[in-house]
Amino acid sequence: MKALLIRDIRLAVRAGGGFGLGLAFFLIVIVMVPFAVGADTGLLSKIAPGVLWIGALLACLLSLDRLLALDFEDGTLDLLATAPLPLEAALSVKALAHWITTGLPLIIAAPVLGVLMNLPTQGYGWLVLSLLLGTPALSVIGTFGAALTVGIKRGGLLLSLLVLPLYVPTLIFGAEAARRGAAGADVSTPMLLLAGISAATIALMPFASAAVLKVNLR
Amino acid sequence: MSLWEYANPVKFLRLSERVLPTLWVLAISSTVVGLVWGFFFTPDDIRQGSTVKIIYIHVPAALMAINAWFMMLVASLIWLIRRHHVSALAAKAAAPVGVVMTLIALITGAIWGQPMWGTWWVWDPRLTSFLILFLFYLGYIALWEAIEDSDTAADLTAVLCMVGSVFAVLSRYAVNFWNQGLHQGTSIPVATGERSVADVFFVPLLISMVGFGLLFLALTLYRTGTEIRLRRTKALLAREGRS
Repeated sequence: MKALLIRDIRLAVRAGGGFGLGLAFFLIVIVMVPFAVGADTGLLSKIAPGVLWIGALLACLLSLDRLLALDFEDGTLDLLATAPLPLEAALSVKALAHWITTGLPLIIAAPVLGVLMNLPTQGYGWLVLSLLLGTPALSVIGTFGAALTVGIKRGGLLLSLLVLPLYVPTLIFGAEAARRGAAGADVSTPMLLLAGISAATIALMPFASAAVLKVNLR
Repeated sequence: MSLWEYANPVKFLRLSERVLPTLWVLAISSTVVGLVWGFFFTPDDIRQGSTVKIIYIHVPAALMAINAWFMMLVASLIWLIRRHHVSALAAKAAAPVGVVMTLIALITGAIWGQPMWGTWWVWDPRLTSFLILFLFYLGYIALWEAIEDSDTAADLTAVLCMVGSVFAVLSRYAVNFWNQGLHQGTSIPVATGERSVADVFFVPLLISMVGFGLLFLALTLYRTGTEIRLRRTKALLAREGRS
């Protein structure tokens, strides 16, 4: 498992695709927002938590189609499926690798972009915490979407259509937690629900992902 | 004699062919009676005026939109557990009917909301969760369309339907938490038996609901029959191509 994790991370970093690109996409989305809504700092600081969350979510989504497609094409997934390691575990590791290469950089970059969005001072900690709790769920759900569409040529658009509705609860609680944090309100309820969603999806989604991947590898 | 006998496509088709004519008549007549009664022979509401009459389309459509998804969930489970093709094809056949019902509910709701709430759309929990349900339907249908092999497609969509159901319910409660609503509560709570709709409105509404339910059943049976025949045609064509 460790070897698989290290391999996936190394591939993501060296290929130059997932690692930097998601981050750059996040940056460009955030930069585009003030052009669209105007540079009014009051408005920007009000919408900052939500915009940062949706930017992180889209950046996560962007790198999903690469998550399994390359391994599917060169036959690595067939090997993984026949390996003694359960496919559920292999997919969990892949989701973890996706989180480390995509989610983690986003979380680190988020406060910097928060400055651009004029995020209120007390909001930074809560924003980072909410992303820290929420992005693992995004990676795990995304792995399910990637496993569903892995056999389809040009499945990228379909992948977005399938995955985005599944992201709704995570987004709602995550953005709500960040918003309340920025407004200085009590964050415990959305934060706990967000953590609950993450815990549940991490525990259950690999089984669904493995089930659909097995069908696709048939 | 068990229910599973109708998992055999031939028996299923024979039964549906025998049932369908009656079902069509019942479905269309009760829908027409419910709607005509509702539109022309009920008094206007004191506060809502004649806009109240949209309830005869809106509520049954919304009801069937949810029940169609539920039926797809049950059919998907049967397919995953017992591998009956009829079941998978029934789920496939129900999806477009469900998406149309969802769309009807959303559009009639918007038309009603404009004079009543003064807006076509609000991000109310019920409205929002219906929109999410609509997206789930779209994803489900798109996945069916995208995959060539019908068994693979059936498996993948069945799992998607199950996962989607969990997330749809989750979203329902998440949006509740996210924004407080403008939409009124249910008018006909089944559990308590009390209702806030007067009999003059309720009887045609009930007929209309039954009509929409039967209509969904008839359409789904009919479309399932089409899907079964389509599958057979494909198999025949494949056999001819090989020989």
